[in-house]
Amino acid sequence: MREMGRRSETTDHPFRGMACDDGGPAGRPWPVHAAHRESDLRTRPLVLITRSGQRDIVTAACPVALDLGLRPGMAAAHARALISDLDVRGADRTADAAWLNRLALHAVRHWTPTASACDADGLWLDLTGTTHLFGGEDRFCRGVLRFLDRLGFTARIAIAATPGAAHALARFGAHTVIILPPRSEAQAIADLPLAALRLATDTLATAGRFGLERIGDLYAMPRGPLAKRLGLKAVERLDQARGLVAEPIVPVAAFEEPRAERRLLEPVVTAEAINHVIGDLLADLVHDLQGRRLGLRTAVLTCQRVDGIDQRVAVGTARATRDAKHLARMFAMRLDRIDPGLGIEVMKLAAPRVEDVQPVALGSGLLNTQHTPDVAPLVDQLAGRAGEEALFRVSAIESDVPERAVRRMPPLATTAGWPAWRRPVRLLHQPEMLTNVVALLPDHPPRRFSWRGTPYRVSAGEGPERIHGEWWRSAREMWAVRDYFMVETGGGERFWLFRRGDGIDAPTGDLSWYLHGVFG
Amino acid sequence: MILQTALPSRLPAEHLAALRAQIAQVQAARGPVLPFGLLQIDTRLASGGLDGAALHEIAGASASWSDDAAATLFAAGLAARFAAVQGMTVLWALSRFDLYAPGLEQVGLGPGKVLYAQGRKDSEVLALAEDALRDGSLACVIAEVKAADQTATRRLQLAASDGQTPMLLYRRHRSRERSPLAQPSSAMTRWSIAAAPSTTLPHAGIGRGQWTIELVRQRGGNPFSLLVEACDDQGCLALPAAVADRATAPVGASIRAA
Repeated sequence: MREMGRRSETTDHPFRGMACDDGGPAGRPWPVHAAHRESDLRTRPLVLITRSGQRDIVTAACPVALDLGLRPGMAAAHARALISDLDVRGADRTADAAWLNRLALHAVRHWTPTASACDADGLWLDLTGTTHLFGGEDRFCRGVLRFLDRLGFTARIAIAATPGAAHALARFGAHTVIILPPRSEAQAIADLPLAALRLATDTLATAGRFGLERIGDLYAMPRGPLAKRLGLKAVERLDQARGLVAEPIVPVAAFEEPRAERRLLEPVVTAEAINHVIGDLLADLVHDLQGRRLGLRTAVLTCQRVDGIDQRVAVGTARATRDAKHLARMFAMRLDRIDPGLGIEVMKLAAPRVEDVQPVALGSGLLNTQHTPDVAPLVDQLAGRAGEEALFRVSAIESDVPERAVRRMPPLATTAGWPAWRRPVRLLHQPEMLTNVVALLPDHPPRRFSWRGTPYRVSAGEGPERIHGEWWRSAREMWAVRDYFMVETGGGERFWLFRRGDGIDAPTGDLSWYLHGVFG
Repeated sequence: MILQTALPSRLPAEHLAALRAQIAQVQAARGPVLPFGLLQIDTRLASGGLDGAALHEIAGASASWSDDAAATLFAAGLAARFAAVQGMTVLWALSRFDLYAPGLEQVGLGPGKVLYAQGRKDSEVLALAEDALRDGSLACVIAEVKAADQTATRRLQLAASDGQTPMLLYRRHRSRERSPLAQPSSAMTRWSIAAAPSTTLPHAGIGRGQWTIELVRQRGGNPFSLLVEACDDQGCLALPAAVADRATAPVGASIRAA
C-alpha cells in the first residue's frame, strides 16, 4: 500500500479499521454471543462477576443460571458454592458501554433521530412521529427485537409517554413488549416496586423502613413529608414517571464535528504567540481529520478574550484539505482581523464543514508522467485576498444566443467548451445600435455603417449565421431571429454585427442593425 | 609595451571558466524560453523567444476596439502556448470582465485552462497577479490593468523570476492619445499590436486576420515591427504568404542595443 495516500501522508489499508456497519465487512463483527449460545446448548450456567470492595459480586447471569437460582447481586463465592460447574467470567463494563453506544448510533441512523444509551443496560429511543414509518409501534417493536436477536441480545421494550414510565416498565414489566396508551402511566406503574423509579440504594432502604414497597404507595402521600423523608430527588423521579415534569433525552450525535481546543495558561496578545497556538490547534485538528479520513472545507477559529468577547475568524477552502501548512498560511493572512484586546485565554478551532478525503492512487512512477501542479491552494490564497466570488471559471450553457452561452462556475469545477463557430474575443454588454447602414436584403452583410459616430466601409463580410429566439424563455422571442455577420472594414477592424429579422417575415424583427462584438 | 599596457595581464583560464559559469547561471536563472516558431521573430529576440520567467507587456497600438481585441488575442495565444501541457492553468486577472470565453477557446485557451480572477481595482489585480506568480503552480499569468507604474512592474518582474512563471501584463488605454507603453517599465519585452487589413480571398468571405506586431522595446535587443497572421486554434502566429517565401533578414540579435 505504499502507492496509496496523498502526496504528503502515508495510509494504511483502506478497509482496515472500518466498522462493519459502516460498510466494511472486514471490521469487528457484531457481538453474537458465541459463549452464551454455547452455554445454552451445553447447559453450563454462566455468570459475570465484578469486584466490589472486598468481594466479587455477580452482575449478570444467563437464563440457565437464573433457573438454577443464581441472581445478580449475590456474592460470587456463594454462587460458586451453589453450582459446582459454573462458568464465571469477569464483566467488561467499558465494552458493554461501547456496544450500547454503537447500538444508539445505529438507532440514530435507522430508527429515530433522538436516541441515547441509558444507564448501563438500556437505550432511550424517542419514537415520537417515527414508528409509522415502520408500520406502527407494535411492528416496530417486533422488528427491533428480531434485529437484536440476530445479534445475540435479548431485549425488553416498553413504549410509554414518559421516559420514567418506559424505563420502569421495560425493567419490571410483565411482558417483553409493553405499549402503554397515553395518560395511563400512573396506573401502569402503580404496582411496580419502588426500585423501578431509578432511586438511589439508600433511598430505597429508607423507603423500606417506612414500609413503602410499591410506587402506588407514594401517590397518596402528601408531597412535603415525602420529600422530607425520601429526598427531593425521589419526588422528582415520581413526577417524571407520571409526566408532571419534563425529562428530555440528550441524543447521541451521529457525527461529531472535528474540533480542537487550547486553554492557555497566560493570555496571549502577540501575533507570534497566536500563530503558534494556531499551529498547535491545526496539528491536533489535522490528526483528527486524518484518522477519520476527512478534509475540511471550512475552519472556524474562535478566540475567547479575557473580557469574555469572542473573536471569530473563518477560512474556506476550494477543495477539502487537511494540509496543516496551507491552513496555517490561510489563517496567517487573516490574523489582522483578530483583535486580542487584553489577551486571549481560550482558542478553539472547529471544522463545521467537512468532506471525505479518501486516499488516491498515485502514479506508479514507471511511466514518466508529467506532474500537473494543484491550483487549489492558490485558489484559496487568492480568494482570501479578493473574496470568494472573485475567482471563477467560465463554462458553456447549451444556448445559441451568444450572451446566454456562458456562465460562471466555481474555480475548481469542470467546464465544457463551445462549438467552433467563429466568435469574437470581446462582447459588448449590450448590443449597440448602428446607424446609416447600407445593406442588401435579405442575406448580405452591410456595405457601410456608422458606430459611435464613426463611419465604416466594409471590405469583406461573412454570414449570415441565423440564431433564433428561445421561445421557451419569453413570448417576445417566439418569432425573433438574429442574422449575425462578421465584417472586416477597410482598416482591418473586424466586427460582429447582427440584424434583427430575417428580411422576409415582418414578425421576426424590425431589420435594425447592432454591433455585438469585436474580433481580433 | 603598448600591447602590455592595453592588456596588463592575460585572463587566466580558470577566471574565464568562472565567467562562463556565471553567464550560464544567469541564463539558467532566466528560465525556459518559449520561441514563436517564426525565424523572423525568434532571431530578433535577444533570448530567442519569450522568456518563461519574466514580465512581458502587451498593449493595443491604439485605443480602438479592434486593436484592443487583437492585443487580447495575442496575449491569449501566448498564454495558450505556455499552457500547452495538459492540466496546466492560466490565471487571467482583470477588473472589468468583458471577455467572451468562446472567442478565447478559438485561440487554444479552452475553458478548462483559464481561471479568472476579478479584482475591484488595478492595485488589487496586480496583487492577485503577484500572488499567483509567486505560487509558481500556473503556466502563465495575465493581468489586465490600466495603470502600472515602474514599482509595480518591477515587483511583477521579480515575482515572475522567483516563481519561474511568465507574466503577461495587458495594458489598456487610459486615454485616446497616450500609449500605455510610453511610461517606463521593467518589462523584458513590450509589444504593441494593431489589427491590419487581411489579404482578400478569391471568394466571398473573410480569411485569417492579420496583425502588425511591433516590439517597442526589449532588454538586450532592438525593436522591430512585423506583419503576421493572427493566432490559429493553437495560439501560433504565422507569416503572411508573401513574406513567408522571402529569405530571413540578415540582421539578428547579434546587433545589441545598449
